[in-house]
Amino acid sequence: MIELTNIRKAFNQGRHNEYWALHGIDLSVEAGKVTALRGPSGSGKTTLLTIVGCLSRPTEGRVRFKGEDISGLPERFLTDIRRQSFGFVFQQFNLIKGLSAVDNIILPGMPTGRPRRALVERADELLDQLKLGHRSRARVEWLSGGEQQRVAIARALINDPEVIIADEPTANLDTALSREFLAILEGFTAAGKTVLLTSHDPLVVDSSAVHRVVGMRDGRLTAD
Amino acid sequence: MHPWLEKQLHLIDFTLASLARRKTKNVGLLLAYTLIVFVLASLSLFTHALRSEASYVLAGSPEVILQRMVAGRHDLIPPGYLERIGRIRGVQKKEGRLWGYYYDPVVNANYTFMARPASEVADGTIMVGSALARERGLAPNNTISFRSYAGKLFGFTVAAVLSPDSELLSADLVLLSENDFRRFFEYPEGHYTDIALSVANPQEVRTVAAKLSTALPDSRPILREEVLRTYQSLFDWREGIVLTVLAGAILAFAILAWEKASGLSAEERREIGILKAIGWETGDIIRMKVWEGLIISLTAFLLGGIAAYVHVFHFGAAVFAPVLKGWSVLYPRFTLVPAVDGLQIATLFFFTVVPYTAAVLVPIWRAAITDPDAVMRA
Repeated sequence: MIELTNIRKAFNQGRHNEYWALHGIDLSVEAGKVTALRGPSGSGKTTLLTIVGCLSRPTEGRVRFKGEDISGLPERFLTDIRRQSFGFVFQQFNLIKGLSAVDNIILPGMPTGRPRRALVERADELLDQLKLGHRSRARVEWLSGGEQQRVAIARALINDPEVIIADEPTANLDTALSREFLAILEGFTAAGKTVLLTSHDPLVVDSSAVHRVVGMRDGRLTAD
Repeated sequence: MHPWLEKQLHLIDFTLASLARRKTKNVGLLLAYTLIVFVLASLSLFTHALRSEASYVLAGSPEVILQRMVAGRHDLIPPGYLERIGRIRGVQKKEGRLWGYYYDPVVNANYTFMARPASEVADGTIMVGSALARERGLAPNNTISFRSYAGKLFGFTVAAVLSPDSELLSADLVLLSENDFRRFFEYPEGHYTDIALSVANPQEVRTVAAKLSTALPDSRPILREEVLRTYQSLFDWREGIVLTVLAGAILAFAILAWEKASGLSAEERREIGILKAIGWETGDIIRMKVWEGLIISLTAFLLGGIAAYVHVFHFGAAVFAPVLKGWSVLYPRFTLVPAVDGLQIATLFFFTVVPYTAAVLVPIWRAAITDPDAVMRA
């Protein structure tokens, strides 16, 4: 599904503070499975995730998505792929305050030009599936951490993407809520979605919901 | 609905929600902007209406007024001048006029006294302008006395108060009979203040004026179009004065609006990052901000414009009238005929809506082109 070949990523390239976050990553992410990137802070997990999710481009190397090389595409096309094929769940959830849960969920659907009614219906469906239907019209800042995460998950799913990308999804959740997240993860697999996540939470990486764990340290892969 | 339209509706929807979320900032901004538009539109509408009013009012005045000059100063028209003009082709009517100024120490105001034929105003009676009537508390059949410059007291009965419709011209006017006028000012018999000539064909006015100058070399013909032009430049000048005085305040408001529009809060930057990360294009974000700029500036333009219209045409431009109308003790009260110029509106639109929308765009462009992965690192 996703193939990375010799991915290298530099920040502030050519300046005195040049920093290489990734040093030649080769990785293949299998479709319909949950792959977790595990490693300490600064190991390059998030950087790799942004490259896979078309949020940034590699400095060197190739990214293939469903066989097509997307590493050199202009921003507009990358945005298109990102919107249609990837759904993101961020560590801080990154919801927009002041808007209701539903209004946050439909945000990725707005640039597609789908009618508002269709988007809202789909958002309500997703919230029902995530057992949050009763909070659909509540402003997101009034929701608990777990509820906010479920809103973020629903937002990631609104465009029905093939790949879900989640950065440290349980970092702000207690054990009970983390387990709930793992149940949702199993639901993704059942629905045929491919999931790539980063985590150093043993509850996640040791869970049966995760099919493959890839270790990372200092911008390099360690061992599966 | 077409997806493009649907997308614009989504953008407007999101923009309105964003504006509502930052209510205090945006309401403040809207008020400041509305105030600028209100001030500029009031000035512009009022001076334009005054110019139109002046043209309208002067339309009924004689085409040429002839004044006699002595040592470069306006002097009385001596007897025989009307006859010396003789028959000039194109002149429909010529008439000697009698008018002068009178200072009333009771209200510290100057009145304009003008003689009318006995058929209009009988001896011993006067007709007064409504501002004067208001100031002196006069009504028909009241009696009023004026002390002449020679120190004699003259009593008059008010026959009528002039219609408020003509107040712009007649605010301080006192109409009296020719006999009374001559007695009151001790005006020599056969002399006139000036001569009014009516010319039917506007093309002939300048020719008539040239012939008058030849026939009466010590006289000065004043054309109606020159008077009109003088009024126009007077109103332009006053508009300029007011604008200069207000420039500081307008500039302060403009800077405030610019600063508010062009400054992006950390929260707004974060939101732009989120939107980019979840699939909004740079263009979508810029379009959304253009909608925001347009919504604020168009609302300010409409509110300010309508408020200015009401202020000028329903409340007589109470804020600017004293400066723009002139200075006097007896202010005429009049309702301006609504006169709106398309070019004026377009100019105002261009100078209010366009700069604001541009001010919104500059910072958003910078924020919108940042990499979407920034949000992952926040």
